[in-house]
Amino acid sequence: MAGKLQFSLVSPERELFSGEVDQVDAPGSEGDFGVLPGHAPFMTALREGQLRLYRNGQVTTFEVRGGFADVTPAGLTVLAESAVEV
Amino acid sequence: MASLKEMRNRIGSVKATQKITKAMQMVAAAKLRRAQDNAQNARPYADRMASVIANLAAGVSGDGAPKLLVGTGSEARQLVIVATSDRGLAGGFNSSIVRMARERINRLLSEGRDVRLITIGKKAREQLRRQYGDRIVESYDAGGNPSLATAQDVAARVAALFDAGEIDVVSLLFSRFKSVVVQTPTFVQLIPAQVAGAEPVDLKGAGYEYEPDAEGILETLLPRNLTVQVFSAMLENQAGFYAAQMAAMDNATRNAGDMIASLTLQYNRSRQAQITKELIEIISGAEAL
Repeated sequence: MAGKLQFSLVSPERELFSGEVDQVDAPGSEGDFGVLPGHAPFMTALREGQLRLYRNGQVTTFEVRGGFADVTPAGLTVLAESAVEV
Repeated sequence: MASLKEMRNRIGSVKATQKITKAMQMVAAAKLRRAQDNAQNARPYADRMASVIANLAAGVSGDGAPKLLVGTGSEARQLVIVATSDRGLAGGFNSSIVRMARERINRLLSEGRDVRLITIGKKAREQLRRQYGDRIVESYDAGGNPSLATAQDVAARVAALFDAGEIDVVSLLFSRFKSVVVQTPTFVQLIPAQVAGAEPVDLKGAGYEYEPDAEGILETLLPRNLTVQVFSAMLENQAGFYAAQMAAMDNATRNAGDMIASLTLQYNRSRQAQITKELIEIISGAEAL
């Protein structure tokens, strides 16, 4: 696995998370998907559900509602309508 | 000349006013910090949104492109959203936004366009109602703290008007918070969306994959972009308002201080003149004996 994944989770009010992670699982509108470092450019709408991020063996879960995920070579950005850490 | 008692009262009232302006200045300074943080925290979302749209817009063009992005092809019917604060006592903050709004509206009208207005903030409504009352579609209050809910209401209303084919171009006027001393009235075009400012991300040769598809994503993204733009305008306004209020109240406090100094000087002079006069009366009375 090549390096780490740059991930940021932002809601309209503020940035909830920004940093390097190992993996992110997110609820896409067409089904859940996981993002590892080096993922191909990918964009999808999100449905309501849980977003899990894996960092150094630890799992953090966020409850997200609506929004978008945008994977670029620079990393993964999730723009959530609302997001709360569980 | 005013009597000594009148002058004493006057000094007292100026001192009371100074206390109020001083308190308002300190409250504004405290609230400014929070408003500034809020505006700062909201910026990543707006920036990312802009770059995502720029990415998508590059891929979607031609007939399939959503109307919110490319417009209706006409510029005849304009909707101008004017955002100010709810309250005054902030120097020229609201007036400068409204002045810019007037200039713009008058220019559009002179070009023969149909202009409608949405106002956010009580001051915008108050100042524009007399001249353009029949053009105001809807008025919203800015509220104590800008809430996403208000921005969503505004965006929903705008999208509804646009979908109903009643408007062609939508622009937004607010005051951009440059720094604590500089707030500039700014004009942003919302529909058709301006994407020139944001740089598309370098994909290093790879193509994007979309779920469901690019158009589908754009169609849900663009209405949200409206909300975000309105929301960030409200946040910028809020920060600018407190900065302007702080400066205005600082000025007022200083002016009150100057006034107190000159009134006190005048008061003491009159008092001394009075004493001298009484002394002369006593002395000349004694000499006459």
